[in-house]
Amino acid sequence: MRDSWEIRLGGSGGQGLITGGIILAEAAILEGKQAVQSQSYGPESRGGSSKAEVIISKENIDYMKVRAADLLLVMSPEAAKKYVDDVKEEGIIILDSTYVKDCEPKKGKVYKVDISRIARQDVGREVVANIVALGVIVGLTGVVSQEALEKAILARVPKGTEEMNKKALAAGFQAIKSVVNAA
Amino acid sequence: MNVTSINARLMQGNQACAEGAIYAGARFYAGYPITPSTEIAEVLAERLPQVGGKFIQMEDEIASMAAIVGASLTGAKSMTATSGPGFSLKQENLGYAVLSEVPCVVVDVQRLGPSTGGPTAPSQGDIMQARWGTHGDHPIIAISPSSVQECFELTVKAFNLSERFRIPVLMMLDEVIGHMRERIIIPAPGELEIVDRKKPKVAPSQYVPYEPQDDSLVPPMANFGEGYRYHVTGLLHDDTGFPSNSPAVMGEHQDRLHEKIRRGLHEIIMVEEVQTEDADVLLVAFGCMARSAARAVKEARAKGQKVGMLRLITIWPFPEEALRQLAEKVKAIIVPEMNLGQVVDVVKSAVEGKVPVYGICQADGEIIPPERILEKIEEVL
Repeated sequence: MRDSWEIRLGGSGGQGLITGGIILAEAAILEGKQAVQSQSYGPESRGGSSKAEVIISKENIDYMKVRAADLLLVMSPEAAKKYVDDVKEEGIIILDSTYVKDCEPKKGKVYKVDISRIARQDVGREVVANIVALGVIVGLTGVVSQEALEKAILARVPKGTEEMNKKALAAGFQAIKSVVNAA
Repeated sequence: MNVTSINARLMQGNQACAEGAIYAGARFYAGYPITPSTEIAEVLAERLPQVGGKFIQMEDEIASMAAIVGASLTGAKSMTATSGPGFSLKQENLGYAVLSEVPCVVVDVQRLGPSTGGPTAPSQGDIMQARWGTHGDHPIIAISPSSVQECFELTVKAFNLSERFRIPVLMMLDEVIGHMRERIIIPAPGELEIVDRKKPKVAPSQYVPYEPQDDSLVPPMANFGEGYRYHVTGLLHDDTGFPSNSPAVMGEHQDRLHEKIRRGLHEIIMVEEVQTEDADVLLVAFGCMARSAARAVKEARAKGQKVGMLRLITIWPFPEEALRQLAEKVKAIIVPEMNLGQVVDVVKSAVEGKVPVYGICQADGEIIPPERILEKIEEVL
């Protein structure tokens, strides 16, 4: 695994991306790594644009903002438009193809995964799309271990929703496996 | 897994600030929530009752500031938190606390101003307000953390300094530091020093409330409600606490307020030097900008440029001496700050023209990235 990951998660308020970023950072800390999570959002809590950033590193992290991302996840057309260019040449772009259509990034390796539809139809509730997305990210990159991710998810989600979130995580792992195998 | 990683956790800057307050012994908070400081109130609303403390949501920021002054006079370590618009409202009672020498901590999580400005946009635009927001020639202590760990530890330090010197201490966070989450190791109880105000050793009838008992010039402070009756006022006063119009008394009071801080500078001033030993260019930065500057130092060094950083942890009183010493050695100073030029002018005045000083000043709600600092380094080298 590389020593440092700069990760950007973009979408709309309400998609749980900030929570997703927090969980990813907590998983990294469980593994004894350094992690910084920051965000920007409009004054509204739903519907406005939302961006979470996570840096995970084996070393101390000085600058806390993501510059060119090693990994970008976008879950809305607006976020796709805004962030696809700020990716490293060899970076990874994951598009939630439920909402992001007609987006052909000029650089980076692109994976299209039907994240929100999987959450809605296969898991049962779209609110867990962020957990499906984490499964996709970690299944693809191994930025944190699958065990640490699951532990961090279960520590953060509301009581009584553990099974649904585990199902969402498994669906994410499965979805990216299918996409990679099909490629 | 070693002990450190067991105690390590992800925490937000604002939360670390609130937890630091509890660790320092804070048992009273009065405030009026405002973005981007609200999490401090949220955390303390839950945490203070758990440790026997009190949390009050007040009607506004003016009353909040008044309430923490009152609570502190009864002996409770007290805090409030706000952002620019609320910080403006606190200024009157902040001055009252300076003059009447009431320890307290005021947190300002800076957002883009002026006025209601940009509520969720980061800024470092309240630095001069921290110094001169309340009127008159008053001393003040202001501290700027650059990490979540420091949000915790420097809040403890802020309480210690306020208790030690009987002065309000300002914790100048910015939105980036307040809202970001990163790894923190919570110090064990007893690991960090905790300072409590000196109490009088004499009987209530012998107590002269504003008479210093030693060279620190900081008078012992009795708790209201313990039999020590004395007068607290925002008027300049003599050692008894009663106001005076005498130029000699008023002048002496003013002088002592400043002199007690001057004598404590060695305890108050905190800076960090990063690769300054052989630096040609010195970056002077604080708060979140110190993180951007640290990256710029690293990337400039990788290109073979001799760049270092002086990080201001204490902003007021300004660390003039540390800066002057470095100004003797470097060829240029760059001050990146998220305002339109507040600290850069203080730096210029401190180095007295010995080296050229350049600002990178920006007030658009974005953090200044390392790239812009690197460009400026190229320009001045």
